[in-house]
Amino acid sequence: MRIIISNSSPDPIYEQVGKQIKAQIISGELQEGDSLPSIRKLAQELQISVITTKRAYEELEKEGFIDTVGGKGCFVAMQNKELLKEKKMKSVEEQLSEAVAQAKKLGITLPELEQMLQLLFNEEAE
Amino acid sequence: MESVLELKNVRKNYGDFVLDDVSFTLPQGYIMGLVGPNGAGKTTIIKLIMNLIMKNHGSIKIFGLDHQEHEVEIKARIGFVYDLPNFYDHLNLRQMKNIIRRFYRTWDEAVFQQLTDRFELPLKKTMRKFSRGMQMKAAIAIALSHHADFICMDEPTSGLDPVFRRELLDLLYELLQNENKSILFSTHITSDLERIADYITFINHGRIVFSRSKDEVFENYALVKGGKELIDAEAKRCFAGIRMGEFGFEALTADVRLVKKQFGSDVVIDRATLEDIMYFSNLRGEHA
Repeated sequence: MRIIISNSSPDPIYEQVGKQIKAQIISGELQEGDSLPSIRKLAQELQISVITTKRAYEELEKEGFIDTVGGKGCFVAMQNKELLKEKKMKSVEEQLSEAVAQAKKLGITLPELEQMLQLLFNEEAE
Repeated sequence: MESVLELKNVRKNYGDFVLDDVSFTLPQGYIMGLVGPNGAGKTTIIKLIMNLIMKNHGSIKIFGLDHQEHEVEIKARIGFVYDLPNFYDHLNLRQMKNIIRRFYRTWDEAVFQQLTDRFELPLKKTMRKFSRGMQMKAAIAIALSHHADFICMDEPTSGLDPVFRRELLDLLYELLQNENKSILFSTHITSDLERIADYITFINHGRIVFSRSKDEVFENYALVKGGKELIDAEAKRCFAGIRMGEFGFEALTADVRLVKKQFGSDVVIDRATLEDIMYFSNLRGEHA
């Protein structure tokens, strides 16, 4: 596991921790059943408060990314792959709709936008 | 959640200084920072907790027990660091330790040895020749050598250089690995707290300004900057303290959402540090 905290980031620290663990679960770096460091250990390692770490874990648990087993600690939860994919699709959709809104403001037409997208998509593929 | 320390409506009247209506709770397993400017009442609170001075009103419970009725058993479980360590000048650290260890049934010589090694403290040098920093380290080593469940420290980082202050934080993190240990420490060096503290209790002019989790504090407080023309009587109510400059104002808000609603993008909103909170809250005190 790898977590980097930035003090100049506008995101609160618990969110930074949560986001990074989540990203590593989605990318598969952290696998189902992998054990996570204890709340207190993680607080010590990151030099942040116990409450902040606890909150990060609680949010992850609420979203179903991790499970807490009493007396044993926290583990990466069984992931519903379909659900994960859906979540990722949703984020792509959101960013696209932002781009569409911007384009409309600037008077860019749909064919122009499609062309742009095609160019970008193929660039990525290379 | 069980609390290790609970103050309720505590009052201490010194005539020229009154500490009043002080209430706060520290849950077991966490660390609380007691902050405030010089003369705010931090040391008075710690002395009251340690039953070194008598309160005029209110109740103080430690480990769920009245701190006066059960003083002896409570103190056996507290590791205490006073802001001016008072050692006997003519003794060396080993002799000093031999006097103090007799007060604690749970004294652990091995832990003391370990800590004095770690802090590089000479055992045979007389206390008179100890620098302020070394005296503080000695006091901390002694406070941590009897497996105390509650560590209570008054300004433990004053007189210490940044390197040792970090080492002390590391040590506190190690202690907190055990969820039965709790820590209260007062300081005006707020950067120490911005890392480790779970709870912040801010005191000013003998009164509690707030006592809440550090995350909550930083989610609600913010520094706001903008043009002078924005400040009118209505706007002033959003702020806990304002500093007017020639080219604009800078102010502290305890309700960042309200400010966002009221001013939108007319102002710049920055994260407030504990130092900002301390400074601006004091401004209001002066003008009130």
